[in-house]
Amino acid sequence: MTTLQAVFDKARAEDRAALVGYLPAGFPTKDGAVAAATAMVEAGCDVIEIGLPYSDPLMDGPTIQDAVHRSLINGTRIADVMRTVEGVAKSGAATLVMTYWNPIDRYGVERFARDLANAGGVGTITPDLTPEESEPWLAASKEAGIDTVFLVAPSSPDERIVRVAACCTGFVYAASLMGVTGARETVGAAAEGLVKRTRAHTGLPVCVGLGVGNGAQAAEVAAYADGVIVGSAFIRRLLDAPDEKSGLAAVRELASELARGVRR
Amino acid sequence: MTPAEEPVITPADLAGGGVRGDDPDAHGKFGRFGGRYVPEALIPALDEVAAEYEKAKTDLGFIREFDHLLRTYAGRPTTLTEVPRFAAHAGGARILLKREDLTHTGAHKINNVLGQALLTKRLGKRRVIAETGAGQHGVATATAAALMGLECVIYMGAVDCERQALNVARMKLLGATVVPVTNGSQTLKDAINEAFRDWVTNVDHTHYLFGTVAGPHPFPEIVRDFARIIGVEARRQVLELTGRLPDAVCAAVGGGSNAIGVFHAFMEDRDVKLYGYEAGGRGLETGEHALTLTEGSVGVLHGSRTYVLQDEEGQTIESHSISAGLDYPGVGPEHAWLKDTGRAVYEGVTDAEAMEAFALLARTEGIIPAIESSHALAGALRLGRELGPEAVILVNLSGRGDKDMGTAMNYFNL
Repeated sequence: MTTLQAVFDKARAEDRAALVGYLPAGFPTKDGAVAAATAMVEAGCDVIEIGLPYSDPLMDGPTIQDAVHRSLINGTRIADVMRTVEGVAKSGAATLVMTYWNPIDRYGVERFARDLANAGGVGTITPDLTPEESEPWLAASKEAGIDTVFLVAPSSPDERIVRVAACCTGFVYAASLMGVTGARETVGAAAEGLVKRTRAHTGLPVCVGLGVGNGAQAAEVAAYADGVIVGSAFIRRLLDAPDEKSGLAAVRELASELARGVRR
Repeated sequence: MTPAEEPVITPADLAGGGVRGDDPDAHGKFGRFGGRYVPEALIPALDEVAAEYEKAKTDLGFIREFDHLLRTYAGRPTTLTEVPRFAAHAGGARILLKREDLTHTGAHKINNVLGQALLTKRLGKRRVIAETGAGQHGVATATAAALMGLECVIYMGAVDCERQALNVARMKLLGATVVPVTNGSQTLKDAINEAFRDWVTNVDHTHYLFGTVAGPHPFPEIVRDFARIIGVEARRQVLELTGRLPDAVCAAVGGGSNAIGVFHAFMEDRDVKLYGYEAGGRGLETGEHALTLTEGSVGVLHGSRTYVLQDEEGQTIESHSISAGLDYPGVGPEHAWLKDTGRAVYEGVTDAEAMEAFALLARTEGIIPAIESSHALAGALRLGRELGPEAVILVNLSGRGDKDMGTAMNYFNL
């Protein structure tokens, strides 16, 4: 199992940013998600976030909503998410689960943390869990030995950054812009400043996500962040592909482009 | 001062004047319910709204302005109507209707909207967004936005746009942009998701004018306080008319704002029983209902810990009700708390029971209620038979039925 710390140590030694890719479990199919994520790792992703499909994804844009909707129609359950993590972790990438809070809350915090650790997962990203409500999850994650990643945003004042960073292990997720997930023409101008402000309050790596979709943007972000997170752009490739094989090829190609970007 | 000039609201009415022991704590918790489960990006905006409201609620200038709008624009105080011919079907108990249907725009939603629109101006924001189910909150928001010169965008499930087409036209006429939401169940919950997506993108100049006592802190508290006038007036009016407090207060519960609005002034009156009626839809056994409090489980939806209709893995289960305004798989956290403490009792009323009460009130009293409010009327009929002819029952008639004529035409083959 590759830990987040090992990932960032290695990237730092190579003087580059880490590449983090996102895909929801069960999309395009249950096995297809493992195959796509594995292709992303083979082409250069250091970390994979497996999304836990949720019925009310209120911080996701149309692309991820679409993928998650298809995944739920495919009948994806939490057991499938765990199996996906297990399959992807075998590729050698540090594998996280990104999820809205309610599925963990309902499944049981200790049970979720334990099952994720047993599946070879190294942690979670919980975008709607605030520090005020995080106590049970932090305790369960620590007990299970998995990392907890929370988000900071351009709107976050310094005192919130301190508060959020204190809940994080592994890395801090910096949202590049005010908005939902989805590739954009340009990366938010606020991202660099946010990374700087976050670094002032934590020694943890800071990764930037939201709106990054191509090699040039990855290079731009890699110049100031420890990691570059890409989600919707991978999903777009799979959605637009006429069949599974060409979808895999397209995902692999994008991962290679991004991997070159973080090494520029 | 002539009666028309008497204020309908005082600082104590709005904020309880420190006499209420039931405000949420600093994290917005009502017991184990409420709180904030939202993207970090929205925390500063929620803090800003909470801080501005804390200042506003004790600011006499703000309260005067709110009071002025309630009297001269919304049409407050609303009257209390006794309905003996309707009550004859409820075992002869006295039934008194709080006539929120007579407010400007035709439903209780206007109270909260005027308060929050004033708050929007204090926040220095120029755009409001809102979700709507039945369209009443959307119409009220569009109305206040027109009145105060604010840009207005309303998110409404595509299914609801269809069954409440008249309200869509009203909103457009009032200058609002109505965005039909075509993902998920295409009803209220999806409209809320879409409104949150807008808010996180445009939060620097936009206020999310939340329409019910659900959502992240401070919305459950703010919406409750602005709706509180319903119960404050009704309590005085019942005392004046009957010389005593009612035995029971009945209200429909979707998100729960009209119910909290009428319940709250009676919270300390321990002998007054509070009854909330949820949408039983086609019946519990069909699975097509919105029995969030009576059949749901504790979870997190739309930023708040509360009762939710969800499966064993936390996926929201789609609700059903003939009334768009009650078709919601969540509920305000204060209701969850009132259920757990036993202070309020929640029961289901099916589509069929609600429609029967809807027609009965029309025929016996010449009042066409909203289908939402008809759930409370059906509950009162049931309760009257239980409590007997000596009982006095207050019902919050939260809105009027004009918007429901399409549904009624189909249901009754009119």
